[in-house]
Amino acid sequence: MYAQLVKTAGTGVKTREEMSDEERNFQDRVDRDEKIEPKDWMPDDYRATLIRQIGQHAHSEIVGQLPEGNWITRAPTLERKAILLAKVQDEAGHGLYLYGAAETLGVTRDELTEELLSGRMKYSSIFNYPTLNWADIGAVGWLVDGAAIMNQVPLQRTSYGPYSRAMIRICKEESFHQRQGYDIMMKMAAGNDAQRRMAQDALNRFWYPSLMMFGPSDKDSVHSAQSLAWKIKIDTNDELRQRFVDQTVPQAKYLGLTIPDEHLKWNEDRGAHDFSEPDWTEFFNVIKGKGPCNVERMEARVKAWEDGAWVRDGLMAHARKKTAARTAAE
Amino acid sequence: MAGKTNDDALFQFLLRMGDNSLILGHRVSEWCGLSPVLEEDIALANTALDLIGQTQFWLGLAGEVEGKGRTADDLAFLRDAWDFRNVLMVELPNGDFGQTMMRQFLYDAWSQVMVGRLIKSGDKRIADIAEKASKEVAYHVERSADTVVGLGDGSEESHARMQAAIDYLWPYVGEMFDGDEVDAAMVAAGIAPDPASLREEYDALVNKVLSEATLKVPTDVFHHKGGRTGYMHTEHLGHLLTSMQWLQRAYPGATW
Amino acid sequence: MSKEWPLWEVFIRGQHGLSHRHVGSLHAPDEEMAIKNARDVYTRRNEGVSIWVVEARHIAASSPEEKGPLYEPSNSKVYRHPTFFDIPDDVGHM
Ligand SMILES: [Fe+2]
Ligand SMILES: [Fe+2]
Ligand SMILES: [Fe+2]
Repeated sequence: MYAQLVKTAGTGVKTREEMSDEERNFQDRVDRDEKIEPKDWMPDDYRATLIRQIGQHAHSEIVGQLPEGNWITRAPTLERKAILLAKVQDEAGHGLYLYGAAETLGVTRDELTEELLSGRMKYSSIFNYPTLNWADIGAVGWLVDGAAIMNQVPLQRTSYGPYSRAMIRICKEESFHQRQGYDIMMKMAAGNDAQRRMAQDALNRFWYPSLMMFGPSDKDSVHSAQSLAWKIKIDTNDELRQRFVDQTVPQAKYLGLTIPDEHLKWNEDRGAHDFSEPDWTEFFNVIKGKGPCNVERMEARVKAWEDGAWVRDGLMAHARKKTAARTAAE
Repeated sequence: MAGKTNDDALFQFLLRMGDNSLILGHRVSEWCGLSPVLEEDIALANTALDLIGQTQFWLGLAGEVEGKGRTADDLAFLRDAWDFRNVLMVELPNGDFGQTMMRQFLYDAWSQVMVGRLIKSGDKRIADIAEKASKEVAYHVERSADTVVGLGDGSEESHARMQAAIDYLWPYVGEMFDGDEVDAAMVAAGIAPDPASLREEYDALVNKVLSEATLKVPTDVFHHKGGRTGYMHTEHLGHLLTSMQWLQRAYPGATW
Repeated sequence: MSKEWPLWEVFIRGQHGLSHRHVGSLHAPDEEMAIKNARDVYTRRNEGVSIWVVEARHIAASSPEEKGPLYEPSNSKVYRHPTFFDIPDDVGHM
C-alpha cells in the first residue's frame, strides 16, 4: 500500500503470559477499540512501527505528487487543469497531515524528510512508474487512488488516535480523487481512436503495479500478525487486493477496456475473481531502486529540498528578528 | 454595447485580463510538488487555482463578446503566441522561489488596484468578475507581500536573492501601466480605467512593502513592452504554449 | 537552535457556530504565517470562518495517569444527563 513492506518491530505477537502488566493493559485497550493517544503508555515497538508506517505513508503522498504533477502544465482544458492541480494539492495536504501525526510520536518532519532523501525510508512502489499519456492521469485516479482508498478506509479505525484522525480527514478528501480519475477514463474511452488507445495503454501499464501496491502476500507473516493485533493494520494484503480486483473488474467493463490478464475470471465457488499475481521480482526491483522512475523521483525531491533551504532559513531568520524586536520593545 | 469598434476594443481588453491570469496561473502551477516546504506548496496551488478560475471568467466573457462561438478553452488552447495579450512579466520563467514570489507580489499589487477600479465598471459583467476576484486578490497580495518582506528582511542570502529578483523584474513592471487606443476606448465607455492612473496607488504599496523588506527599488524608468499589445512577446511564451496546448493541438476536436 | 520551523496546532471554528475545534498541525516561522498557512491548508473546502493557532510547545495537557481522578468522578453524576429522568409521555415535549 502507501506503506508497503513496513517492517514491524519486535519478535511477533506475545502471549498474555509473556506480556508485562503495561503491555497487557495496552493490548486490552486496543482490543476494546479505545484510541491510544500521544501521551499514553505504548510499547516501544508499537511506537517504532507506527513511525515507520506513518512516515512511509506520508512520503508516498509527497512523492506521489510527482507523476501526476507531470501533467499539470499539459492538462487539455482549463477545468481539467484546475481539477488536477487541486487533486495534487490535496496529496500535499495528506502528506502534511500524516507528518503531523508522526510528529506526535517524537520525530520531527525534517528528520523524516532526511530519512526519505537519504533512501533509508521508502515510499510506495507505484510512484516509480511514469505517466506517459493523458489517460495515465485518469488511470492513476481510478486505480491508484482507488487502491489507496481500499486501504485507507479501514485505517480510519486504527488504534492510534492521531493516525486515525488523519485518515478520517484524508478519506473525506479522497472521495473526489478516484471519481475525477474515472471521469477522465470515461471521456477517453468514449473518445476517438487515439483516446481509446491511450486509455487501454494506461490500463495495461498501471494494472499490475496497482496490484503490487498492496504488497506481497502476508497471510503467514508474524510481523503482519503483530500489526493486526495492534490494529495499525486492519486487513491482510490479500484481502485488500481481492476486494480491489472485485471492485475494479466491472468498472473496466463499463469503460469497454480489457484488463491485461487472460486468467482473470469469476469464481462462482469463492464468490470472487481469480486473477494473476503481479511479477514480484519486478516489485522487489522497484523497491530496491530499480523502477523506471526511482532516480528521477528522488532527484526531484532532493532538488526541491536543497533549493528550498535558503527560503526556509530566510523566513525563519525574519521571524527571529521580529520576535527580538518585539521583546526589546516590551 | 455600442458599435463594432467598441466590441473589438472590449475583446482586446478582456484578452489582456484573461491572458495575464492564464499565463501567470500556468507559471505558478509549475511549482506544484516542488516548493521549499509543504505549506508553501499548498498555498501556491491555491493561488494558481484562483488564477485559473479568473481566467475562465475573463476569457469566457471575451469569447462571448467576440461572438464567434469561441469558448475560454478555445481561446486558451488554440491561439498562437502573437494573439496573446498578457504582459511580458507573467510569461518569464519562474526562476528561484524568491523571483517567483517577487513577481507574484508585483502582479498582485497591480491586480489589487486594477480590480478595485473594475468593481465600479460601467459594464456589469466586468464589475461582477472583479467583485469575485477582489477577495482572492486581497489575500494573494497579503501573502506575497509577507513573503517578500520575510525573505527580503531575512538572512543575508535571502536578502541578496530578493534584491536580485526585483532588479531583474523591475524592467517588466512599467508595461502594466502603458496605455493605447484600446484603453482609451475603455475609458471613454466607462468600462475600465486608464492604466497610467493606477500607478500612484501601486507605487505607494510597492514602495511600502519593499522598504519593509529592506530592498532598494530600482530607479530606472526604462521598461520592456510588447506583451499587452501582442507586438513582441519574449521567447519564453512559445515554449509555455507548446506544452500547455499540446493535447488540443495534437488531437483536434477531441473531448477531454 | 533547530532550523526547522516551529510546530503549530490549528483550531478552526466552522460555519455553524460551534466552538473552535482542533483540526491538526502545521509548521510556520511565526504566528502570522501560521494563520495564513492554516487558511491555505485547513480551509480548502471552506470549512472555517475563524482560525486559532498556538505553538505546540505552549499547550499544557493533562497526563493520562490523571484520567481516573479527572474524569471518573463525573461518571457517577448520572443525574446531570437529561435521560436520567423519566417524564411521562402525557407531559409533552420537555
Ligand atoms: Fe492521498
Ligand atoms: Fe488521492
Ligand atoms: Fe494518492
